[in-house]
Amino acid sequence: MGALNLSNVQKSFGPVDVIKGVDLEVADGEFCVFVGPSGCGKSTLLRMIAGLEDVTSGEVRIDGAKVNLTPPSKREIAMVFQSYALYPHLTVRDNMGLALKQAGEAKAEIAEAVARASGMLSLEPLLERRPSELSGGQRQRVAIGRAIVRKPKLFLFDEPLSNLDAALRVHTRIEIARLHRELKATMIYVTHDQVEAMTLADRIVVLNAGRVAQVGAPMELYNDPANTFVAGFIGSPQMNFLKASALGETGETLGIRPEHLEISREAGRIPGTISHVEHLGGETNVYINTDVHGLLTVRLFGEHRFEVAEVVHLTPDASRQFLFDAAGERIRV
Amino acid sequence: MANRARTSLPRTAAAHAILLTYTVIALFPVFVIVINALKTRRAIFGHPLQLPGPETFSLVGFQTVLQQGDFPLYFWNSLVVTVVSLVFVLLFGAMAAFALSEYRFRGNTLTGLYLALGIMIPIRLGTVAILQLMVATGLVNTLFALILVYTAQGIPLAVFILAEFMKTVSDDLKNAGRIDGLSEYRIFFRLVIPLVRPAMATVAVFSMIPIWNDLWFPLILAPAESVKTVTLGAQIFLGQFVTDWNAVLASLSLAIIPVLVLYLIFSRQLIRGITSGAVK
Ligand SMILES: Nc1ncnc2c1ncn2[C@@H]1O[C@H](COP(=O)(O)OP(=O)(O)OP(=O)(O)O)[C@@H](O)[C@H]1O
Ligand SMILES: [Mg+2]
Repeated sequence: MGALNLSNVQKSFGPVDVIKGVDLEVADGEFCVFVGPSGCGKSTLLRMIAGLEDVTSGEVRIDGAKVNLTPPSKREIAMVFQSYALYPHLTVRDNMGLALKQAGEAKAEIAEAVARASGMLSLEPLLERRPSELSGGQRQRVAIGRAIVRKPKLFLFDEPLSNLDAALRVHTRIEIARLHRELKATMIYVTHDQVEAMTLADRIVVLNAGRVAQVGAPMELYNDPANTFVAGFIGSPQMNFLKASALGETGETLGIRPEHLEISREAGRIPGTISHVEHLGGETNVYINTDVHGLLTVRLFGEHRFEVAEVVHLTPDASRQFLFDAAGERIRV
Repeated sequence: MANRARTSLPRTAAAHAILLTYTVIALFPVFVIVINALKTRRAIFGHPLQLPGPETFSLVGFQTVLQQGDFPLYFWNSLVVTVVSLVFVLLFGAMAAFALSEYRFRGNTLTGLYLALGIMIPIRLGTVAILQLMVATGLVNTLFALILVYTAQGIPLAVFILAEFMKTVSDDLKNAGRIDGLSEYRIFFRLVIPLVRPAMATVAVFSMIPIWNDLWFPLILAPAESVKTVTLGAQIFLGQFVTDWNAVLASLSLAIIPVLVLYLIFSRQLIRGITSGAVK
């Protein structure tokens, strides 16, 4: 239970096409993450899966059944929102139990489901409080708890962590990963934070302007990007894009990750001057201005001393470089 | 004054001086009405601004009011008309505002504009047509006729204000309700209405006063004795040649009380709504 199937799903708001044909299979129990830049249509796609937004054309299937016209409450899904969206007039207990109450479940069963979910998230001390009496992190845990109570086929998360501070975000991220293991449920998770995407996902769907740019496991996208968009989007600091012709390679663009550029004071293929150095303790990022390729980033592990305005030479690791054609598609050799 | 760092004494004093001056000016006519209602006829004309003293004090106006005509009935009529009209204005106004702000449908903007027209065009322009309509439907001399007219009069402003407020209610909250299986009515009544309560109170206060004070429509649509409102009832003391000022002032003083009570109820709601929203 819990497989999702999208075939040629499109969405337009009036004359504006927001989702331009998405095909996607999510297997039962999979943790699937949608990433992409702001405005690329991640939330819209998720809301279409939830049934909160009509599908302009194409099919949405859950467990094989077409649900295009099924109302959200009948799709056996649960959704966690960025803004928590707890009912302000209900206690935590009633917030969590509302969906089951609406579905007409018996009181004892509701109480048991709420107890089980609040146990998993250690929400017991908060059950009698109202949302206004909770901190941001507690509210988000309640919102996740509210989703668990329903035992849905499909969990949908829309940037659930982006209102939390850094420490809490890490903590909650780990909690969500644990829940996925324990519940073995299908989860679809929207984020624009690639650390969340890389750490949580079984499979990542990279969206660009309403189209799927690439689908794959996190390391697949990292090690084998299909186009410059995915290559530039996954990985931080961003991949360097060099002019292939200047280096005697085929194609238009040569992509190389900052950690795969070798830096040397003596000799190398690309000369340049250091414009900025960032010391992060565990790693050092060096920014180098070059005449032909513009600003390039080199990522070094550990602490290194480099001075601004120093002249250095860079050499790409030929085994780790990617070549792309003029349209940005990968050239595989 | 809770925050010393942000307020200085001269500034606070100036602000209070301005507010107090305004309050005095605004309340002065009411004050004059109330003090003169408690004076003899001679004193009203001799020294209209004097407070009632031992010689000038008199309740003759109130006695006349309570004896002549059926003032408790007029009060009751006014109250029924005002409260029922307000309930309709708030209910239908909020429902229309929700539809306009929440759903995308063809003609949405046009419907909004059409309703907004009602704010700019006074309903009295249509008096003749309204009267014909009421005669045709046999509603002349009923309270229901007044209620219908006042509801129509109040809805445009209510829709306009409430639609703006409802746009600010979080979409996520409504969507969470939809996923949990709440009907659109439950979402409207349980999630949206409580969050726009301050706006509802504002609309209530703004709609209430013109309804209570109106003389025009009661005079035209419901002049019969059994359905007279207070403002119309008070007119019997205003004659072409003789006017019983004691009675007029007394009835006006009495007419203030229910409005005051309604206002207190709504403004409590208003303040509660504002603070509960601010503290979150
Ligand atoms: N109701 C709407 N009417 C018109 N356009 C809309 C509507 N909702 C979204 N859009 C447009 O659809 C596009 C995608 O929006 P969406 O919210 O899905 O982006 P997103 O990928 O979730 O971005 P973010 O990361 O900022 O949340 C945007 O360009 C937005 O302007
Ligand atoms: Mg979004």
